[in-house]
Amino acid sequence: MFEAIAFYLFAALTIGMFTITVMTSQALYALTAMASGMIFISAFFFMLGADFLGVVQIIVYTGAVMALYAFGMMFFDTTRTLVEKQNNPRIIFVLGVMAATLIVFILVSPIISTNLEARYPIEAAVGNSQAIGLVLFTKFLVPFELAAVMLLVAMIAGIVLAGKKMDKSLTLMAEEEIALMSATQAPKDTEEEGAH
Amino acid sequence: MDVAFIIETIVKIVVILSVFSALAGFGTYFERKVLAFMQRRLGPTHVGPYGLLQVAADGIKLITKEDIIPQNVVKPIFKIAPVITASTAFMAAAAIPFWPEFTVFGYTVHPIVADVNVGILYVLAVMAIGLYGPLLGGMASANKWSLLSAARGAAVFISYEVITGLSLLAPLMMVGSLSLIDINNYQKGGFFDWLAWSQPVAFILFWIAAFAETGRTPFHLVANDHEIVDGFGTEYSGMRWGLFFIGEYANMFFISFVMAIIFLGGYGDGSIAGAFQLLMKVAFFFFFFLWTRAAWPDVRPDQLMWLCWKVLMPIAILNVIVTGVVILIKTQGGM
Repeated sequence: MFEAIAFYLFAALTIGMFTITVMTSQALYALTAMASGMIFISAFFFMLGADFLGVVQIIVYTGAVMALYAFGMMFFDTTRTLVEKQNNPRIIFVLGVMAATLIVFILVSPIISTNLEARYPIEAAVGNSQAIGLVLFTKFLVPFELAAVMLLVAMIAGIVLAGKKMDKSLTLMAEEEIALMSATQAPKDTEEEGAH
Repeated sequence: MDVAFIIETIVKIVVILSVFSALAGFGTYFERKVLAFMQRRLGPTHVGPYGLLQVAADGIKLITKEDIIPQNVVKPIFKIAPVITASTAFMAAAAIPFWPEFTVFGYTVHPIVADVNVGILYVLAVMAIGLYGPLLGGMASANKWSLLSAARGAAVFISYEVITGLSLLAPLMMVGSLSLIDINNYQKGGFFDWLAWSQPVAFILFWIAAFAETGRTPFHLVANDHEIVDGFGTEYSGMRWGLFFIGEYANMFFISFVMAIIFLGGYGDGSIAGAFQLLMKVAFFFFFFLWTRAAWPDVRPDQLMWLCWKVLMPIAILNVIVTGVVILIKTQGGM
């Protein structure tokens, strides 16, 4: 009984949160609703007995959405509503509906044909994190390593992009030096660097 | 799921909630007294014996103060931010064993609300959500200083989460379990079995990261004191501001419990002496938070990031690699 109550509660909460994320025009509402939606999803993992995945869901998505907040802070005034520029709402609508129908079809078809079964069911003797480790390093080693390599590529690319002027610290420089640096660089790139 | 279990769980939750909300209140009293002692002042003396009732006076003040919601703030987010900090701090406590199990009238009590087998991960994950409070509060406040403080909060969060995770990895590799009870039982042998001796680097790193996680003084950038504003709390008043405070102090207590259990042997073999030792260890860690506040100035934001990414993270990764190699050699040698 408790499981059913918890399931419907968290299902309603998750759907509600993601509806807000999509519908609102306020950046802060959208981000907060998305963060809470992601955290509410972890409840389903806990109910299914996958404690490790549930906790990982919380850890990964709090951090990931936090990075989105940082972007939100950089690009918008988050206390104002955002007016989106939409040239052709019809295309957005058609594409959105098509994508949503497709996803529902993909997810529901194995359930309807009752092909859905746990190929690596939870064993009581093996702990949760051990079970995941076993499956990851035996059955799914190639995708796991590929994901690791892709993340490494992204990380190195990020460092290369961001690390151009890492040897200079604006905090430790005198005001004249900063002025000189921004004066020499102003024609080259129009970024607002060193502008106080 | 029988009725006894439900009642037991509810009782545990109520006990933990009430004890630690009260302790959070007294935490402020301890902090003022310790700081006063170190700065050769007296601290609170007037209300009650030794100023003990100052806590009650503060509480009454906070609760009865007008709850001001400034004009340009994003109202729902502004209102919910302090609740996030306070509630996640207590939610994290669900997987912490506060005391060894004991028997009362033939009924064995496990003083842990939910013994999930990924306990330590759960505690850290939920504590991490608590940092959304300052972030949201700062961003919703429509105040430049609050926004600055929120930005710093996000930076500290994203950076020091890495240190916490990496520094914990090495001791967890030795124990081979994520449950705090298993970690405690691994160090059952007493003083010389403590993980602090076999993993001193991880201990120090985790301790440093704990200051960042709770936003205590050397890393108190989330509330930028040096700008003479209270950072994310600038626009808050009354009990909403008080909730931030309760969350911060409860977090300090819970992270002290976590450190004592992982690195300093926890409650040991589960005897009464061991249980009191755990409380002494927690008290020491809590005192250390206050001691550091009296002794150290805040570091600059860029120094904080430098410390995190250029010093602590390489050390943490090296520690993990060395631990892994040593464990491999040991198990291979044993075969």
